[in-house]
Amino acid sequence: MPGLLAPGSRVVRVRTASLVFLPRIAWLALAAVLLLLAAIAGHLMLAGHPVGLSQVAAVFLNDPAVPRAVRLTVLEFRLPRTIAGVVAGACLAVAGALTQTVARNPLATPEVLGVTAGASTGAVAVLVLAGAGHGGASGLAAAVGMPLAAALGALGTGAAVFMLTYRRSQQSFDSMRLVLVGLGASGLATSITTWLLTMGDVSNASQALTWMMGSLNGKDWGTVMPALLASLPLLLVAGACGRWLLLSAFDDDTARSLGLPLGRSRPLLLVLAVLLAAVGTVLAGPVAFVALLCPLAARFAARTVVPPLGLTALFGAAFVVLSDLVAGFLLPHSLPVGVFTTVLGAPVLIALVFRSQRRTS
Amino acid sequence: MTNTYGATTAAGTAHLSAHGLTLGFDGREVVPNIDVAFARGTVTSIIGPNGCGKSTLLRGLGRLLRPQKGHVLLEGSDVAAMQARAVAQRMSILPQTPHAPSGLTVGELVARGRHPRQRWYQQFSGSDESAIAAALEATDIAGLAATPLEDLSGGQRQRAWISMILAQETELMLLDEPTTYLDLAHQVDVLELVRGLNRDTGRTVVMVLHDISLAARYSDVIIAMRDGKIVAEGPPSDVVTAELLWDVFGLRAEVIREPVEGRPHVVPLGAGRAAVAQAAGLGGARA
Repeated sequence: MPGLLAPGSRVVRVRTASLVFLPRIAWLALAAVLLLLAAIAGHLMLAGHPVGLSQVAAVFLNDPAVPRAVRLTVLEFRLPRTIAGVVAGACLAVAGALTQTVARNPLATPEVLGVTAGASTGAVAVLVLAGAGHGGASGLAAAVGMPLAAALGALGTGAAVFMLTYRRSQQSFDSMRLVLVGLGASGLATSITTWLLTMGDVSNASQALTWMMGSLNGKDWGTVMPALLASLPLLLVAGACGRWLLLSAFDDDTARSLGLPLGRSRPLLLVLAVLLAAVGTVLAGPVAFVALLCPLAARFAARTVVPPLGLTALFGAAFVVLSDLVAGFLLPHSLPVGVFTTVLGAPVLIALVFRSQRRTS
Repeated sequence: MTNTYGATTAAGTAHLSAHGLTLGFDGREVVPNIDVAFARGTVTSIIGPNGCGKSTLLRGLGRLLRPQKGHVLLEGSDVAAMQARAVAQRMSILPQTPHAPSGLTVGELVARGRHPRQRWYQQFSGSDESAIAAALEATDIAGLAATPLEDLSGGQRQRAWISMILAQETELMLLDEPTTYLDLAHQVDVLELVRGLNRDTGRTVVMVLHDISLAARYSDVIIAMRDGKIVAEGPPSDVVTAELLWDVFGLRAEVIREPVEGRPHVVPLGAGRAAVAQAAGLGGARA
């Protein structure tokens, strides 16, 4: 009987086991992987003085003929930035997929949980307080202090929003309340950031503003490696929770009555979203629109009701790496990646608002 | 069938029962200290005025609301201590205003009813497929399986939701106003369907209904509630009386016997409180 599963689904049954899959998603994932690999190769080749594809390949094949300078450039200067883009993109996109689904609102990105604003406050606090009078934060403060403060800011804001939203009688979170409290916390964090900026000197402020735009500039393994290691288990757990997502998109009573342990699933999905958004933001700053666009694009391309998480992660990674390649190196004037994603994302947001208005009227 | 009620008083034999159940929101008690039991294989309707706590009671029975005090026993075990999934395999619930993600087709919605019986390695078995097909047939919407839910009329949509809980294949079904949005013919369709399932497969049904005559027509037991308390329970002919309608709803009505099964049927005489106030003011002009 048609229509029982998402259009185009295939069912494979072996004895008592049965699996449903969408061939379309596999093809889209393959295309996204190829695009991502091309973007990574382009990034390693073109981020600064051009290095040929054969040279890049030779570095990874550990060819002794490659000059040390090229090896150093690719592995120590460019690869951390590329990996930072991949990880930040995947984390922010999956975080967006989780918040959009749980809040049942495509506009509910991790920004509305206050996470990204909190991260900005943390990072800017270090820049302004540690770097005051020294012409910008440097050394230990920049390398360790900023990512750490951003992580603390993100997690602190996320935790505060959760505590204010949790309803003991329901043993869960009310989605609408979460969005409202989150927006409030976001506003508070943003105004603290602004206040901090007025305290710092001009060079600090401009450094902070670049961070707040979302930038992959100057990433080294010291920042990227811990983030990469933190992101992998988070993404895996999110993937394992994927089967909860479709039921999470129903109203609470229906979801519970169909056996979703809402008291556990919703907090877990939201904590995952906060942690993923924190990792992404610590790495790349609050890169705008990745969390909004990539889950929607994945859902639209796959024609599913909730975003497929694997595809969303691939879209996010490819989007950020490609955007950084174009914004940072192909344009005549180098821009932070966040400026470029905003230019691409804003029209989509406007189209979305128009569409939802048309549907409700 | 009318005497099955007697069996429910012994908690051991009840399919579902509540003991000292107190329900509410944020410290406010809506339903204080209720004891009630539903016998296996019976159809029970809960009636009462708006805001009397009947939906709250149903949500509490269905483990959708955590009790402030007391507990709910499903086949003798406390639902609070059971896994959500285990409860969902035994009890299905149609909430009052369900909401599905946009873009979902009718077939996909009904297929969700199989979720409690699916695992990551058993995502769509043959019995899932036949249960969904049977549920779609039973509600007469098989032809709409591939249609998005938001394209349906209110009545079709309600039948799609009922179809979903039928696909759940539970022995106990809780329905919160299953006939809202339906015209009379479709209301009767739904209640006939529920009655048929009860008769043919022995399913236990507990529902909240607004129409007292339909409740009397299709139920073994009627529970009347007011201000969070159960004021009467028993077979329709005992509960649905002119006195009770006055007490519970403030409705002046005559209760006659309907000609098909001889069950009580409500004929309203006038809007209670207003009519009474008016009658008092006019000094019995209505006589």
